[in-house]
Parts: sequence; C-alpha cells; structure tokens
Amino acid sequence: MAEMWINMGPQHPMTHGLWNLRIKVDGETIIDAEPEVGYLHRGIEKLCESKTYTQIIPIADRLCYGASLSWSHLYCVTVEDLLGLEVPPRAEYIRVAALEMQRIASHLMWLAAYAADLGAMIGFIYSMRDREVFIDLLQALSGSRITYNFPRFGGVAHDIPPNFERDSLRACDYMEKRLKEYEDLYEGSKVFMLRNEGVGLLKKEDAMNLGVTGPSLRASGVRYDLRKDMPYSVYQELDFEPATHKDGDCYARFKVRMDEMYESCKIIRQAVTKMPKGKWRTLAPRNAPEGTGLGRVEDPRGEGVMYVVGDGTDRPYRLKIRSPIFVTVSAAPKMLIGYKIADVVAIMGGLDMCIGESDR
Amino acid sequence: MNLFEFCYGIIHWLVDLVNHLWYWLGDHLPRVFGDFFNWAGDLAVSHGNIALFAILAEAVIMFVIALVNVLNFIWIDRKWMGRMFDFYGPYYVGYRIGGWLQNLADGIKLFVKEIITPAKVDKLGFLIAPVILVSSSVLALSTIPFSPRFGVFTSDLDTGVPAGLLIAFAFFAIAPFSILIAGWSSNNKYTLIGGMRSAAQMMSYEIPLLLCVASVFLLSGSFGFLGVVNAQHDIWFVIPLFLGFIVFITCLAAEVEIQPFDLPEAEAELVEGWTTEYGGFRFGLFMMTSYLRGYVGGALATALFLGGWQGPSIIPDEFWFLIKAYLVFLIIEWMRWSNMRIRVDQILNIGWKRLMPLAMLNLLIAAAFKTMGWF
Repeated sequence: MAEMWINMGPQHPMTHGLWNLRIKVDGETIIDAEPEVGYLHRGIEKLCESKTYTQIIPIADRLCYGASLSWSHLYCVTVEDLLGLEVPPRAEYIRVAALEMQRIASHLMWLAAYAADLGAMIGFIYSMRDREVFIDLLQALSGSRITYNFPRFGGVAHDIPPNFERDSLRACDYMEKRLKEYEDLYEGSKVFMLRNEGVGLLKKEDAMNLGVTGPSLRASGVRYDLRKDMPYSVYQELDFEPATHKDGDCYARFKVRMDEMYESCKIIRQAVTKMPKGKWRTLAPRNAPEGTGLGRVEDPRGEGVMYVVGDGTDRPYRLKIRSPIFVTVSAAPKMLIGYKIADVVAIMGGLDMCIGESDR
Repeated sequence: MNLFEFCYGIIHWLVDLVNHLWYWLGDHLPRVFGDFFNWAGDLAVSHGNIALFAILAEAVIMFVIALVNVLNFIWIDRKWMGRMFDFYGPYYVGYRIGGWLQNLADGIKLFVKEIITPAKVDKLGFLIAPVILVSSSVLALSTIPFSPRFGVFTSDLDTGVPAGLLIAFAFFAIAPFSILIAGWSSNNKYTLIGGMRSAAQMMSYEIPLLLCVASVFLLSGSFGFLGVVNAQHDIWFVIPLFLGFIVFITCLAAEVEIQPFDLPEAEAELVEGWTTEYGGFRFGLFMMTSYLRGYVGGALATALFLGGWQGPSIIPDEFWFLIKAYLVFLIIEWMRWSNMRIRVDQILNIGWKRLMPLAMLNLLIAAAFKTMGWF
C-alpha cells in the first residue's frame, strides 16, 4: 500500500487533550512519527508575572486536570524556597497524604483512559468509580474535587477534617483490594497482554537521553524517583520503594503505575498514622525578597520543576515551569516507529499525556 | 397450521373478495371485456399466485417481528452492559417498562438529524453501502424460522426454505463488500483503513465459520433449518461438537464486529473506522444493522448447535428459540464488554493459525462420529 501521512489529532479520541500526532504509515505499519504540541497554550507563565504570589496558587492548580494538587504543591515548594520558609511537620504530613491520594487518583484516571483506548469500557467505568473514593477524601480535605487550591506558603489551608485518618485507612484497604481485581482483569486477559507485551519499546539509554522522567523512565529500568533520590517533604521518614520494571514496553509502564498505587497506599497509611500534632500553617510575608527559588517534585507523570525569580515586590519577576509530559512526548517517534497503527493508542496512552501542563 | 397456511388462507380470502367484483364485471360487461375479467379472476385465484403473495406476506410479518426483536435486543444489551459496568442502563425513557423506550428515543433523535453527504465522497458508493448492508442482513434474517410453524415457508409442508442455512450464510457474508465500499467511497484515511481491515478480517473468519457449519451439515444430513434442528432431537450438537461451537461463537463475534474483533470500527485509533463519515439516520441504520446481525448470529448458533426451538413444552417453541438466541447474544456481549481490542496482525494470526486448524479438527470429529454411525 502507498505511504501516507495520517493526522491523529488535534481532535482525535486518542489524544486526551489537544495535540497532534502525525504518523506516516506504510499499510498499517508506522514508519515515521512527529508529535505536535502547543494547541492548548494559555500563556500561564506570562500570566503569572502579573499576579501576586498568592493568586498564582489556583492558577498552578489549572496546570493539570488530572493531578492539580501536585502542581500547586510544587508552586508552594518553589516559593517557600524563595522565601526561606520552614513548613511545620504536621503540614508536611498532610501534604504527603494529599499528594499520594492525588497520585492514586491521577493514576486511576490514566488507567481509565488507557483501558478505554484499548477498547475495554469496563476498565474505564471501574477506574472512575474507584477514583471517586480518593476524590471524596480530597474533597473532605480541601473542599473541592478537581482544582483543590489546598497548599499554602508555609503549610496547608486547613487542618484535616474529623475521621480523616479512619477514612484514609479504609480507602487504602479498599484500593488494595480493587488493585488486585484490576490485575485479574488486565493481566488475566490474554488480549491485554497481546496488546502490551513488547509494544512501544523504549530502551534505557534512549529514555535517559531524551529526558523522560517518571513512571515511563522507571519502566525502562532506571530507578529514579525524586521522592527517594532527592527527598523534598517528609518522604525520607517514610518507608516505600519506587516501583521499577526492566522491560521498557507498554506492559512495564502499566505495571509500574499499578505498583506505584500500592506504594502510595503504603505511604498514605504511614503519613496519616505518623502525623504529629501541632500547627499546620505558618504565616508567610506578602513580598518576596530578590532572589530565586527552585522546586522539584515527583509529579504522577514525571519530574516537575518550577523556577521562580523574585524582585522584591509581591509579584514574581518570572516563573518557569518544566513539564514532564512536554519532554516525554518527544520520545514518541522512538517508541512508535515500527509498530502498527493500533499500537499508537497503547503507546501514547501508556505515557499518560496531560496537555494542560505540557502546553501551559 | 404453519405461517404459510395462515397467510395463504388470508390471501385466498382477500383474492376471493376481489374476484367477486371481477366475475360480476365479467358477467355484466360486453363479451370481449367479460372474457378478460373472467380470465383475470381465474388467474388471481390460481395456486401459484396466491402462494407467491402468501410468501411475501410472510416475509413482511417476519421482518416486522425481527425489527421489534432488535429493539428488544438493544435494550437487553444495554441493561446487561449496565449490570456489568455498575450502572442501571436505560431507565428514564419509559421507566415503567424498564427503560425500553430508550431505543425508540434514540431512533427518533437520529431520524430527525440532518443527513450530510460530504462534498468529496464518491456519491454512488456512499449512498449504496448502507443499502447493501441493511438489505443483506434483513434477507439473512428472513430465512430464519422461529419454529416449524412460524417462519418463511414456501409450502404447507413443514420444510422451510430449501437449503435455508446456506442462503442465510450467503446473505450474511455480503456485508464485508458494503463495508469496503463504504470505507473506500468516504474518501477518508480512517475509513479506508477501517474498510481494508474489515475485508481482511471477515474474509479470514468466514472460512472457519463455514467449516463449523459444514460439520453440522455432515451430522444432520440437511441444509435446511428444519432438517438440522430435527436432527438434534436426541442430543444437541453442542455436546458432540463443543469445539466447533466455541470456534463458531468466536468467528461469529468477528463477523458481527464485536469487541475483541471490532478493529474496523475501532473508536480509539480509527475514530469509528468505516462509519466515520456517516451521520444521522445512516449511522442509525449501521447501528441497528450491527444488532440485527448479532441477532442473526445468535439465531444461527441456536439453530445449528443448541437444538433450535426444542425444549420442554411449558412455553411455546418460538419462545425457546428466542431465549436461546438471546442467551448466545448475551454471551457474546459479555465477551465484548470485558475484553480489549486485538491488533490487526494478531487477529489474522488467530484466524488462520488457531481457529482454522480447530475448525478442521472439528470437521474431522464430525466425520468420525458420522462414520461410526452414531448420528
């Protein structure tokens, strides 16, 4: 069959957002690929320069609809670095519990989209149903369900609600049971394994050279997790092991995310039981000093970095956001070439694309 | 009395009614005209003529019943899907009858939408593809009797359509051509790939499907529905030919384009594949036809392997047939809602390397049974 270019996007069920993947196919085989992002550019970095530091927290929430808490947390970490603020330990524990809940919710949303991409609507419905448990917990914590606006400079907005510890432990028990069910549903299915094993191979060297981070990097056999390698909150006091897998195919990426959800349950358990009494917030000054602040956290999708330059006023001079997916998507041609059209959804779905943060 | 005799009786009565007028005219008009009317009246009341109209009436009756059946089918499918997915399924439209009217509401909604023909399509192919798909599926459906009394028969003897099963499968196999036409004429890369996939898939799954059917023909010694079902009076063919049943159901899912095999209309990568450019009621027709084909498939599996309408006579034969056809369809739907989609090279591998040898083995088993004289 003749070779032809196919535009998968900007509006295509595979994209989960607004981006374009141009693939050149020979029959059904992909011989070239070219991702195009930027359709959802909102100028957030520029917008931040005209807002006060506090006003940017809800804007940082809008960076990613799947894991908004981790982005507002990253912004707060960055500004705390600029201000030189100490965060009370209780606030750190609350943050860690909330972040891990957000990570599970984000991974479940990924799983839902992934299953729907591969054609199993049942996975979509089940994952979204169980995501509700953690969204409810976060709602009890912060009052909202998608954009939480929960972290503050030097702490969090509220203390935990009554019975939060009990509810979190129950949610973790429930989730671990459900995760076993998911493993039966997916790994027990021959069709799922056929679609995933050996598809979208990303070699260790390629992954490191292209700057891939997060679960996709760990699935290629690199044990790199900022929570462990550059502990930023109270993660060094908690016992967990970043999930890795050596294969680097779609199944490895699936498996890494599933294992991460188990680990997150472990972290939530420890965080809510070890949580000390005390203050959950310190007051921050209105104006930031001249200088720079840097924050690096392990987002559910990879390594998120923010860099802020203060000029002595109450507004940042510059805010730079490094999005994990913006970098990861550049590895798409490496993974796609040589596979079939049907593998595009498995490979690109396995990266957990989030266009809100990558286009900013 | 079967449906043929019933229709024959009614048509005969109607023709007689009209003929009173014709003979009356024949008696009262001048000789030339009178002869003509007498001759026409004699012709109208002849056996062949009335039989022809009786068959047409039967076909209409079966068609209407089948369409109502398809409405049922969609409803059952949605409810079943809802149970699996942890929700209620259709509920509000006609909530006293379990949301049964939801299908009608969807149909009306599709019916009132504007029918768009894109500017750069190949008009003839684009228009004729849905016609071929729907008419061939309906024709396949018309050959299927619900019981020895209820179906399209050509005489008052309980023989059914001669070689009815062969005709049913022949009509069933026309669909890939219309899908290919639809995919090609839509002038869209996604539909083109979808159409090609459909052609490859259906042609490779047709062969194991027909081999399984051949094993049933071998055991029963008949090509017609009545012969095949009557041969299962003592034992249903699903027991000796269990392997064949499994292969048949799998191939059926591929033929009907149900989930693990629905590559031609893969919504994730091909944006609904070959149906992308069709909107409004044309899409509704495709949708309805896919359920119609699901029903035909279930009915064929019932007739071939599950003893057709045979069952304890606490409920009428027709209901046994429907219940079994529904059950087969529900099993296929179960597979559909809990499985992913297979890739195109894998589907061909499964078809040629797994199902084909299994179908041959099944045929050998059937031949062995026949040789040993057990059937």
